[in-house]
Amino acid sequence: MKPTALAAFLFLVAPPGAFAADAAVEIHKFAFSPKEITVKPGTTIVWTNRDETPHTIIAGDGSFVSKAMDTDDSFSHTFASEGDFGYFCTLHPYMTGNVHVHK
Amino acid sequence: MTGGVPRALGATSSGTSAPAKGAFTFAQISDTHVGFHKEANPDVVGCLRRAIADINALPQAPSLVVHTGDVSHLSKPEEFGQAKDLLKEFRVDRVHTIPGEHDALDDGLTGYLRNFDHDGKNRPWYSFDQGGVHFIGLSNVLNFKMGMLTSLGDEQIAWLRKDLAHVSHSTPVVVLAHVPMWMVYPQWSWGTADAAQALALLRPYGSVTVLNGHVHQVLQKVEGNIALHTAMSLAYPLPAPGQAGIGEPGPVKVPAGELGKLIGTRELTVVRGRHELALVDTPVDHG
Repeated sequence: MKPTALAAFLFLVAPPGAFAADAAVEIHKFAFSPKEITVKPGTTIVWTNRDETPHTIIAGDGSFVSKAMDTDDSFSHTFASEGDFGYFCTLHPYMTGNVHVHK
Repeated sequence: MTGGVPRALGATSSGTSAPAKGAFTFAQISDTHVGFHKEANPDVVGCLRRAIADINALPQAPSLVVHTGDVSHLSKPEEFGQAKDLLKEFRVDRVHTIPGEHDALDDGLTGYLRNFDHDGKNRPWYSFDQGGVHFIGLSNVLNFKMGMLTSLGDEQIAWLRKDLAHVSHSTPVVVLAHVPMWMVYPQWSWGTADAAQALALLRPYGSVTVLNGHVHQVLQKVEGNIALHTAMSLAYPLPAPGQAGIGEPGPVKVPAGELGKLIGTRELTVVRGRHELALVDTPVDHG
């Protein structure tokens, strides 16, 4: 294997969180997937709505609030500090999720 | 209208649906979702127009129309504007709306009230009297809490108590609220947490009819003199509560030709001497 190809291979398999990469949460069939996600401080999480129904994201403590997301719309929020952040959809409040931010 | 027209069980009198001459009648539409254009119904505006034509063509013109929420799909100014213009095509005294949660996106009810502030008080709840009936419009679409049901809230319940203080117990009362005022299916947030407080205030009345939307299908519950009814949407059907094989309350896609049987309107008639109103639910496609 040539060194450049090896470098590319290593880059692809680098574990998420080794550097503060974006993390993704999909909204599908009225559920957040994954429902629980653990990330390092500085991570930006991108939520994308894959349903035909609009959804919203709002933190239980109000620290982040999205506009209504129609199909394929996204919302992102960067988690600067450690903590556990429960959130839900204001249109369907039984839809809940959690972001755990830890070093 | 006979044959193939479903009637709300137990609420329609004998075989005929023609209201007595001179009876007070009104129509209910719901969940028009103006702005929705996905596969489940690419033409919600066309469906609303067919409903308007049907209601305008009734042999006895209804006095008014009530719209039980989700006027728009995404609370966009252009959706409210288009809906407002369309509702003007009804040939009735007035169309009274209440908000659904789809009308409360992004900036709460600011955009909705810019177009549908019925009594000029810049709040979504109001009351009026017509045809000997006391009508009450409520809003239960702003107080969604994490993992919880929506609610009316203390301010609105206090207003309701004051409003009813001037209404005699023999007056028929019609209450409009978007989310069902009973626990239809809490797993999908299909219920109102503090509905019991509002219904307790209505219990002394001889005739109370609660008209809801939100669930896009006809369901009903009767508690003494209080009859609660949800209505069909004019946009798309939703699954039955907890319907097998469907895990979430999203738009149900049906084969071409089926949609018109699952969306529709409702006509209501006050029947003197009876505490229940006569209801006829009519799909957009009818014989």
